[in-house]
Amino acid sequence: MIRKLFLLAAALAVLAIGAFWMLTIPQTVSAGALDPHKPNLANGKTLFYIGGCASCHATPGQKDSTKLGGGLALKSPFGTFYPPNISSDPNDGIGGWSEAQFITAMTKGTSPAGEHLYPAFPYTSYQRISWRDLRDLFAFLKTLPAVQGRARAHELAFPFNIRRLIGGWKLLFLDGLPFQPDPSKPDDWNRGAYLVNGPGHCAECHSPRNFLGAIIPSLRFTGGPTPDGVDWVPNITQFKLKDWKEADIAEVLKTGTLPDFDRVGGPMVDVMRNTAQLTDDDRAAIATYIKSLPPVEGLTPPPKKK
Amino acid sequence: MNIRTTLTALAVVLGVGAAAAQSDPVKTREDLMKANNNNAKAVVQMVKGQKPFDAKVVEAAFTQWADTAKQLPSLFPDNAKTGGDNRASPKIWENKKDFEAKIAAFAKSVADNRAKAVESLDGLKAAIPVVGKACDDCHKPYRLSKR
Repeated sequence: MIRKLFLLAAALAVLAIGAFWMLTIPQTVSAGALDPHKPNLANGKTLFYIGGCASCHATPGQKDSTKLGGGLALKSPFGTFYPPNISSDPNDGIGGWSEAQFITAMTKGTSPAGEHLYPAFPYTSYQRISWRDLRDLFAFLKTLPAVQGRARAHELAFPFNIRRLIGGWKLLFLDGLPFQPDPSKPDDWNRGAYLVNGPGHCAECHSPRNFLGAIIPSLRFTGGPTPDGVDWVPNITQFKLKDWKEADIAEVLKTGTLPDFDRVGGPMVDVMRNTAQLTDDDRAAIATYIKSLPPVEGLTPPPKKK
Repeated sequence: MNIRTTLTALAVVLGVGAAAAQSDPVKTREDLMKANNNNAKAVVQMVKGQKPFDAKVVEAAFTQWADTAKQLPSLFPDNAKTGGDNRASPKIWENKKDFEAKIAAFAKSVADNRAKAVESLDGLKAAIPVVGKACDDCHKPYRLSKR
C-alpha cells in the first residue's frame, strides 16, 4: 500500500515536472513569420531613443551612448544584473543575430540560444512594440559601433539563478499581446500610450513590484522604490501631477526643467537626454497620455533617515 | 526687483558662505542649492522669453553658482549624510573623488560660460544648456528624488 502510494506520488511528480517543462519552453518568433521590410533608419533612431537602450546597455565609464558594450551593474533584490553587449559586434554583440532572433528577444524574452532572458530586460513593455518598429530599431542598432568583449554573468541568488523558472514567471506576467490602440481616443493619445507603454517602458521604473519582481497592475505609474532600494521613483499619475499642464510634462522630457525650475535627477536624467531627441509631436503625445492617467495614490515611501 | 534679486544673491553668497558652513553642512548645502534654483529660475525665464534679458541678474546668478561650486566640496563631511530635507545620495560617500570631479566640472562650466551669458540673450541661450548639463551630470548619480 505504502509502496503504491509512493509510486503514485513519484508518477505525479514526474508529470508535474514534465508539465512545467512543457509550459516553460522559451517561445520564439520564426523567420517565416516576417514579411519583406525595408528598414527606416530614422524611425529606428527614434525607437533607440524612446527605448532608452543606452541607459542600461552603454559601456559604463565613457560618454558615448552609442557604444553598447554592456556591463553596467544593476542591483536588485534578486542580485546584480549585468546587461549584455548589444553592440553590432558579430561575436560579442547582436551583429550576428537575425531579425527574427531580435524580435524574439524583444517580445518573448528568449535569447538566440533559446534561453529565457531575465525580465530586468523590460520585454513586458517591449512586447507591445510593433514588428515594423522593432525591425527599424534592429537595423539602426546595426549601424552603431561594434564593441568587443562580453559583460560578466549576472550574480543572482538561488533560486533566481535558474533560468528555466523564468518560464513560470512569464506564464504569470507576460501576456504576449501587442499594443492595443483605443479607438475611442484621439490619435495623439494613442501615440502617447504606445510610446509610454511600449518602447518608453515608463511603468517599469514608475511602478512598485511584487515579491516576484512583477509590476503590481493596480499601482502602475504610481512610483515605488528603485531596484537598488536607495531611492524612490515618483508617482506620475494625476495623484501627483494634477497641477502639471501637458506642456510641463513635455518640457521635462525636452530640457529636464521642472515646473518650479528645478531639474530632474537620478535615472531620469538619462531618460530626459533620450526624450530630448524625439520630435515635439512625440513629446506632446506622451504628455497627453501621462496627463490622462487617473489619480492613484500608490505606496508610501519609507521615512527618511535622521 | 532686479536690485532685490542681486541683493538676495549677494546676501546668500556672503551670509551663507561665511556663517554656517561647518556648523550645519546639510542646511548650508540645501540653502545653496535653493539659491542655485532661484537663480536658475530667473535666467531660464529670460531664455524662455517670460522675462526681459537683464545682464545684472545673469551676472548675479553666475556669481552665486561659482560660489556654490567653491563651497560644495567641504559640505559633505562623513557626519552629514542625513538630516533635514537631505537629498544627497549615499553614493556620494562611496565615490567622493568622482563626486568632487563633477563639482569641479560644474565650476568650470560656470566660469567658461559666464562672459557669453552676461553679454547677450543669445549668449545666455547657448550657455544655459551647457551649465544645466553639468548640474545633471552630478544630479544623475548623486541626488535622490523628492519624496
